[in-house]
Amino acid sequence: MTKKTIYLDHAATTPIDKKVLKEMIPYFSQNFGNASSLHSFGQEADQAVEKARMQVAKYFNANLNEIIFTSGATESNNLAIKGVVKAYYKKEKKKPHVITTTFEHHCVLETVKKMEKENLIEATFINPKKDGVISVADIKNAIKSNTIFVSMMYVNNEIGTVQPISEIGKMIKKNNAKIIFHTDATQAVNYFDCNVEKLGVDLLSMSAHKIYGPKGVGALYAKFGLNIAKIQDGGAQEFGLRAGTINTPGIVGLGSAISMINDQRTKNNMQIQKLRDYLIAKILKEIPDSRLNGSKIKRSPNNVNVNFSRVEGESLLMMLSQEGVFASTGSACSSGSLSPSHVLLALGLKPEETHGSLRLTLGKNTTKKEIDYAVKVIKGSVEKLRKVSGNVLRDFYLNNKK
Amino acid sequence: MYSKKVLEHFTRPHNQGVIKNPSGVGMVGNPTCGDMMKIYIKVKKDSKKREVINDIKFETLGCASAIATSSMITDLAKNKTLEEALKITRNDVAEALEGLPPIKMHCSNLAADSLREAIKDYREKNKK
Repeated sequence: MTKKTIYLDHAATTPIDKKVLKEMIPYFSQNFGNASSLHSFGQEADQAVEKARMQVAKYFNANLNEIIFTSGATESNNLAIKGVVKAYYKKEKKKPHVITTTFEHHCVLETVKKMEKENLIEATFINPKKDGVISVADIKNAIKSNTIFVSMMYVNNEIGTVQPISEIGKMIKKNNAKIIFHTDATQAVNYFDCNVEKLGVDLLSMSAHKIYGPKGVGALYAKFGLNIAKIQDGGAQEFGLRAGTINTPGIVGLGSAISMINDQRTKNNMQIQKLRDYLIAKILKEIPDSRLNGSKIKRSPNNVNVNFSRVEGESLLMMLSQEGVFASTGSACSSGSLSPSHVLLALGLKPEETHGSLRLTLGKNTTKKEIDYAVKVIKGSVEKLRKVSGNVLRDFYLNNKK
Repeated sequence: MYSKKVLEHFTRPHNQGVIKNPSGVGMVGNPTCGDMMKIYIKVKKDSKKREVINDIKFETLGCASAIATSSMITDLAKNKTLEEALKITRNDVAEALEGLPPIKMHCSNLAADSLREAIKDYREKNKK
């Protein structure tokens, strides 16, 4: 019996598209030159990098000198936040205020928290509403006289909810044009309009491996003239903002992957969204005591995040994995830190509800047949685990009432 | 990351379920940490009048290692005297499972505690 494998974890990472890989391959051992070298090997590499910069700039409707290649979204986010605060202190002394949300990716959240702890900034963390969407008014009300920076993700990586970036962009600029607006668009690039002018953002982070490109490469869009400082010392690569030898094959892959979205976005979106809605409806109908986390409408076309009561997510993942279905969970037990998902807690879920969450993220090659099989396996696994857990949760609450 | 033995016990747990009219019940864990287990024991006296765990069952809400440790402790404690059962440690359970991932040693390895609670419950009920 050949075992089926159904990959429903595209928000974690995507496979490299074969066409993308093919374009990358010559830059590993054939055209291996350092893009900073002046000889023709180096210049060939440089041309490939600049072509990719054009492809990325085109996608974001940006200029060439506004695209900085990095090692991925984590680095882009670190550079955006730390770089802006560092540049601020070159001119000012007063402690600046930064606004972000409670359900950002760890690379934003931890960066802001650390800078707050180091007494470099004052920070406000805005909670999303119950549907997983940030209210424009909440951001507006948090703005103070010393606010210099707002950082907010475009699409949440766990629950897939879409944030009103362009509304917030407009509001911020109307309020105080000096405030710098950053969005982590890592989960959005595949599915949503990332025209930086329309979004009204000054900085935008992204990663190649979420869009069928390679791992270890990403980009930061930084508006021309923006006051930002480098955070890593070394060579003068990337307009002096990102020291380190240029990752030519990775960057070529990023350019290739992003240029493919341009042609296919609308078509893929519709197809994936149809499957997503089918998957959500099927789970909620066939599996009792299941619930969708986050807004059903303001949602990425590829994201399903459901909750099963009386089931723990890690054991559910293990069981699904044994049947060839690969997914993800917000359960503490699956995380290295053993703390439950900060995203689901931010939505107001109880800890045991966060433990019972399952994230299924579709890709461009997901089929209806795969969805049908996955639901069958999920249903069977949930039933089995509920049998094992019996009434233990109910009994816990009965005992604690006594 | 899990041993073969853990996966075996997770996939096909032994002694899973409830004992009606148990001699003792032990429950440990809480919803915040994510792992909760409940152990039921039936205690009988053997021919030498020693108190023996005649039957043992569990219900567990938790990760794969929480389920596997629950299953393993029921195997280890069945037909043991209470004194013998009380000597079973978290380490014994982990060893019998051919090891647990380091991060799971504490949080998901509650089965020995749960068994001790069940024995304590039985002894309190039978105090004269």
